[in-house]
Amino acid sequence: MIHSLFLINHSGDIFLEKHWKSVISRSVCDYFFEAKEKAVEPENVPPVLQTPHHYLISIYRGKLFFLSVIQTEVPPLFVIEFLHRVADTIQDYFGECSEGVIKDNVVTVYELLEEMLDNGFPLATESNVLKEMIRPPTILRSVVNTLTGGSNVGDTLPTGQLSNVPWRRAGVKYTNNEAYFDVIEEIDAILDKSGTTVFAEIQGVIEACVRLTGMPDLTLSFMNPRLLDDVSFHPCVRFKRWEAERVLSFIPPDGNFTLMNYHVSSQNLVAIPVYVKQSISFFETGPCGRLDITIGPKQTMGKTVENMMVTIHMPKAVLSANLTATQGNYTYDIATKVLVWDIGKLNPQKLPNLRGSLSIQAGTPKPEENPSLNIDLKIQQVAISGLKVSRLDMYGEKYKPFKGVKYLTKAGKFQVRT
Amino acid sequence: MQEWANQLCENRQFGSKMTDSKYFTTTKKGEIFELKAELNSDKKEKKKEAVKKVIASMTVGKDVSALFPDVVNCMQTDNLELKKLVYLYLMNYAKSQPDMAIMAVNTFVKDCEDPNPLIRALAVRTMGCIRVDKITEYLCEPLRKCLKDEDPYVRKTAAVCVAKLHDINAQLVEDQGFLDTLKDLISDSNPMVVANAVAALSEIAESHPNSNLLDLNPQTINKLLTALNECTEWGQIFILDCLANYTPRDDRESQSICERVTPRLSHANSAVVLSAVKVLMKFMEMLPKDLDYYGTLLKKLAPPLVTLLSAEPELQYVALRNINLIVQRRPEILKHEMKVFFVKYNDPIYVKLEKLDIMIRLASQANIAQVLAELKEYATEVDVDFVRKAVRAIGRCAIKVEQSAERCVSTLLDLIQTKVNYVVQEAIVVIKDIFRKYPNKYESVIATLCENLDSLDEPEARAAMIWIVGEYAERIDNADELLESFLEGFHDESTQVQLQLLTAIVKLFLKKPTETQELVQQVLSLATQDSDNPDLRDRGYIYWRLLSTDPVAAKEVVLAEKPLISEETDLIEPTLLEELICHIGTLASVYHKPPSAFVEGSRGVQHKRLPGSAGSGDSVDSPDTASAAGVSEAPPAVIPSQGDLLGDLLNLDLTPPTATGPPPAPSSGLQMGAMDLLGGGLDSLMGDESEPLGGDLGGSPALGAGFGAPPAAMPASFNAPVSGGLDDLFDLGGGVGMPMGSYSPPKTVWLPAMKAKGLEISGTFARRAGVIQMEMTLTNKAMSVMTDFAIQFNRNSFGLAPAGPLQILTPLSPNQSIEAALPLSTVGPVMKMEPLTNLQVAVKNNIDVFYFSCQYPISMLFVEDGKMERQVFLATWKDIPNDNESQFQIKDCHLNSDAASNKLQGSNVFTIAKRTVEGQDMLYQSMKLTNGIWVLAELRVQTGNPNYTVSLKCRAPEVSQCVFQSYEAMLKN
Repeated sequence: MIHSLFLINHSGDIFLEKHWKSVISRSVCDYFFEAKEKAVEPENVPPVLQTPHHYLISIYRGKLFFLSVIQTEVPPLFVIEFLHRVADTIQDYFGECSEGVIKDNVVTVYELLEEMLDNGFPLATESNVLKEMIRPPTILRSVVNTLTGGSNVGDTLPTGQLSNVPWRRAGVKYTNNEAYFDVIEEIDAILDKSGTTVFAEIQGVIEACVRLTGMPDLTLSFMNPRLLDDVSFHPCVRFKRWEAERVLSFIPPDGNFTLMNYHVSSQNLVAIPVYVKQSISFFETGPCGRLDITIGPKQTMGKTVENMMVTIHMPKAVLSANLTATQGNYTYDIATKVLVWDIGKLNPQKLPNLRGSLSIQAGTPKPEENPSLNIDLKIQQVAISGLKVSRLDMYGEKYKPFKGVKYLTKAGKFQVRT
Repeated sequence: MQEWANQLCENRQFGSKMTDSKYFTTTKKGEIFELKAELNSDKKEKKKEAVKKVIASMTVGKDVSALFPDVVNCMQTDNLELKKLVYLYLMNYAKSQPDMAIMAVNTFVKDCEDPNPLIRALAVRTMGCIRVDKITEYLCEPLRKCLKDEDPYVRKTAAVCVAKLHDINAQLVEDQGFLDTLKDLISDSNPMVVANAVAALSEIAESHPNSNLLDLNPQTINKLLTALNECTEWGQIFILDCLANYTPRDDRESQSICERVTPRLSHANSAVVLSAVKVLMKFMEMLPKDLDYYGTLLKKLAPPLVTLLSAEPELQYVALRNINLIVQRRPEILKHEMKVFFVKYNDPIYVKLEKLDIMIRLASQANIAQVLAELKEYATEVDVDFVRKAVRAIGRCAIKVEQSAERCVSTLLDLIQTKVNYVVQEAIVVIKDIFRKYPNKYESVIATLCENLDSLDEPEARAAMIWIVGEYAERIDNADELLESFLEGFHDESTQVQLQLLTAIVKLFLKKPTETQELVQQVLSLATQDSDNPDLRDRGYIYWRLLSTDPVAAKEVVLAEKPLISEETDLIEPTLLEELICHIGTLASVYHKPPSAFVEGSRGVQHKRLPGSAGSGDSVDSPDTASAAGVSEAPPAVIPSQGDLLGDLLNLDLTPPTATGPPPAPSSGLQMGAMDLLGGGLDSLMGDESEPLGGDLGGSPALGAGFGAPPAAMPASFNAPVSGGLDDLFDLGGGVGMPMGSYSPPKTVWLPAMKAKGLEISGTFARRAGVIQMEMTLTNKAMSVMTDFAIQFNRNSFGLAPAGPLQILTPLSPNQSIEAALPLSTVGPVMKMEPLTNLQVAVKNNIDVFYFSCQYPISMLFVEDGKMERQVFLATWKDIPNDNESQFQIKDCHLNSDAASNKLQGSNVFTIAKRTVEGQDMLYQSMKLTNGIWVLAELRVQTGNPNYTVSLKCRAPEVSQCVFQSYEAMLKN
């Protein structure tokens, strides 16, 4: 099982280590540093490394490497999932997952890690359970603790730990009972030069924020559940009911959680909300090239496209860009060769356009590679797949909760080839 | 570090005193001293703060072990947080302060009785983490109680504790009967307890491969399946992995398990999903293919696999490595999902490369157009490695999908037009393969290829181009000029290019003999005289002789039609694939190697197999799988296209020279030297090839002279390499041939070439001047040069381990053999093997890692100082119980007792006394093994009777059988 964990920052300093079995010297990380050196970009470090005596499995999150050391045959996905869970927990506890925040709360982090694994076996990874055992820091609590000598560590057994609903603690009480669901969809797409869709799919997630008293039993139903190709649920969802009736029936955890992830794949037609007309060309002679990009709305379901942004990784030879944008601002970072055009709201009457010339380092040959355009966008109040929640019912409790559903569409890995 | 400290100071100035970073600021010298004072403070709060500081220092790797007694003093507290902190500290440092750690025992034992289950669990959990032998003894009683605790939280913690304890002291766990208690917990009412018990048992079982710890029967399976629905995600992984080891009795049971596992495919945790996929992939084998459920199951597998690809890149990577296996085993599952493997611009490189690999595996006539368009797109990306692989992928598509070959070739030509250096080179390498698959079809492109000759600077591309020129020499007008241009820098080329150039020019000569004699002479002399590479030299000689003795035969051999290559070369060998399918989701599946190959401490013998299918037993279920699944019953064929590899290797239809015989080159070479090289055979070649020229040529004085000269000069220069070769041979002989007393069995083949991608290893063991040596002959029977040899042993009964690295300094060229003697030490890790003298060996080269096991004669382990004093012998003989005595017969041995004694002495079996009773000689002998075990023997020899009797006495009776075998071998040799 998981033997040790090292947290390593961007520049390669180990700033926290935790061992669940015997202590392993941090020199084991040298193999990792070697791989990191080789990969150049931190994103490209292979997640599974073999060393003479150990395996190193790592993830890269928030500019930090979470590096685990294992000694025996352990499912690597298990380790990677766990490491992401550690990062999620830190994020959940302290609002962000960064070196600074971990150093500021090092003892709490250490206590958390101890609670999360025992001898390398996961122990408590549900945020609800953890929060009962180790309370997240708040300014108020710190002050109170300092005055009263109280502690951050709960001294009773977390109620959820062993019940049939380990994700929910008992005795939850609210004065305002509310249940909100956000249906968020991300479009992953590749469009080719001519604007034809090479590949498109939708990754959806339903994030829930449920603050309900007692042990409510909820049922969420959709207008069109057949849209969903593949689903994965929070453990609270009763799979049998979904199979039989296509409704989500569950006793929710308390607070924020991800109810389900789903996938609408290329088998169904995926609506592409914008079109991009572009031409980026470099001249054979003379140190320059031209760029001309226009963006317009396509299938937006009658809503406005917001937060439009285009990012282009230019070839290395491009020195500078002299462009004019009819809307928004553009920046070109010479060091990273990234051109960013921040458009904002997409106006269907007056299509935004960016055009001008690119200057290339004199003496270098015409760049061979074609830069890709990465698109960012947001559409409020619509799930682009067409998924709609029809109703939410609550059983088991008497009160009437506030209910709300929000929809949001975003671009995921949305790229246009040139 | 400095920067960080500064930053921390700033934080302080800004008044963020609530944070823990304050614990980091004390880096002054008196830090430990200060902390000590604070730890001993009366105020609880101050104590806690101090412990926090200590922990903070510990987490960043500072040594605070000096504070051990002070921290332990804080343990007796009712403050849970403080208690937890102290426990954290204890776990880290108890090992280095075992005596102090004992102080904590009482508190632990007391806490195990605490009314609060949280504290009971915490205590048992922490105790298990303290890896000090003395403490473990005290742990047993509290642990036993906790395993039967009324609170499931305590029970589940205790279950894990058994695994911890087992890691520290396995014997203790067995003696105390904890394993049985653990097995009982599988039937616990609480699913969490079941899951943890399974996890603990699985971990323990890993170090006990043969123990029947996880005895799976339909009842336990049923319990596990029930717990599966209710336990946590992590517990589900343990249970699923455990289920995967079960073999259902029939297809109905198999189906019912599948039905109950399928819901796990919708779990949010990808590890659960992949473990479920493993169970389903394995149990599916047992379902009849005509069953409706079988089809349903196949359909259900695709969506979760696709969804895994939308997760974080690290998860994607592991998923892709596994999908690669699944696609090879059951291509039908994902055949419609090609698009999800399209590479995104911002995927990390490791994801990109994996996706590309799967795209090719999924390529079929139906989707090839899409795939090619994508690949062409990738070939213009920035990342050089990725671009190269994309270009190569286009070639693989051409070979895989015949209908697309033409389109692939034209795509490759487009790419060559880009003139991007590495793209052109990759394209030429793959076009060569396309030519080999579809000969006489695309030769029209050769002209375009030739234009790029100058830009090729990588050996592989140069070799590929030379091969093309040689193969199609008759259609390239200036083939001789092209090849000649390469010849100028012959000695600067890599071996690969040199070999290819030699072959290509010989081909050219056989096709156009009139214009190219000079060229072929030149290359043959370069290869045979000026090169110190034995492969090149030998190949040169072979061609030379072939050309000079029988050019017609040469033509038949060199220009013989070669078998076509197929796409299977990059598929995983079916038996390995089957095993890997059983290991989906594990490290083995990421590395595509069997777990025995690399996991330290695994015993390497347990190979998992897919269960046989029910019904017809025919695993071919669709035309798509025919090639992969159809051969699954056949014995392993490591290199699917080995025949053609060898064919191409030499362009000869000879069987490769065997490793054991001496290389034939030197002796026959000498005779050849005297002969008229080439001259004799040329006429017949001419007569055959170019009838009208024949007469002319024979009479041409210029040609005669041109040919006459080299043979005359030859014998002198010829000598050098030959005698060099003979010297080499004698060197080897010194190592192998000269007996030095100790018995050494003849070499046997340990690793056949078929099983090791062309590497053959035969070998033996010997004890020379007190050093155990492993003597091996490594033979390269593959097509490419092998380098980077290394060797490793699995743990074995006598701790044999290589005393140094495997000394193979020169690369091993195709068809070359090399002798290697590896000195062994006996100080390696020990594990009892069955049979005792079994040794599992892993040999690595640049191609792969290979495994084999061999047995060494135990006589290798007899040390030189194995002669026991007479008195001691007598006393020991009496002292060893008679139960330990074993008697053996050695038949048909015609030595007298003195000769036998002498012979045995050579192998460090010492005769201490001899007695003759009634015409029977009794020899009393002793020997000592490297690990200090003494073996005493009594050898009875009756004159005239060829049967000897040996009685062996030893405190470790297991070695007797081996010793007896050695006796027999030593005496009969």
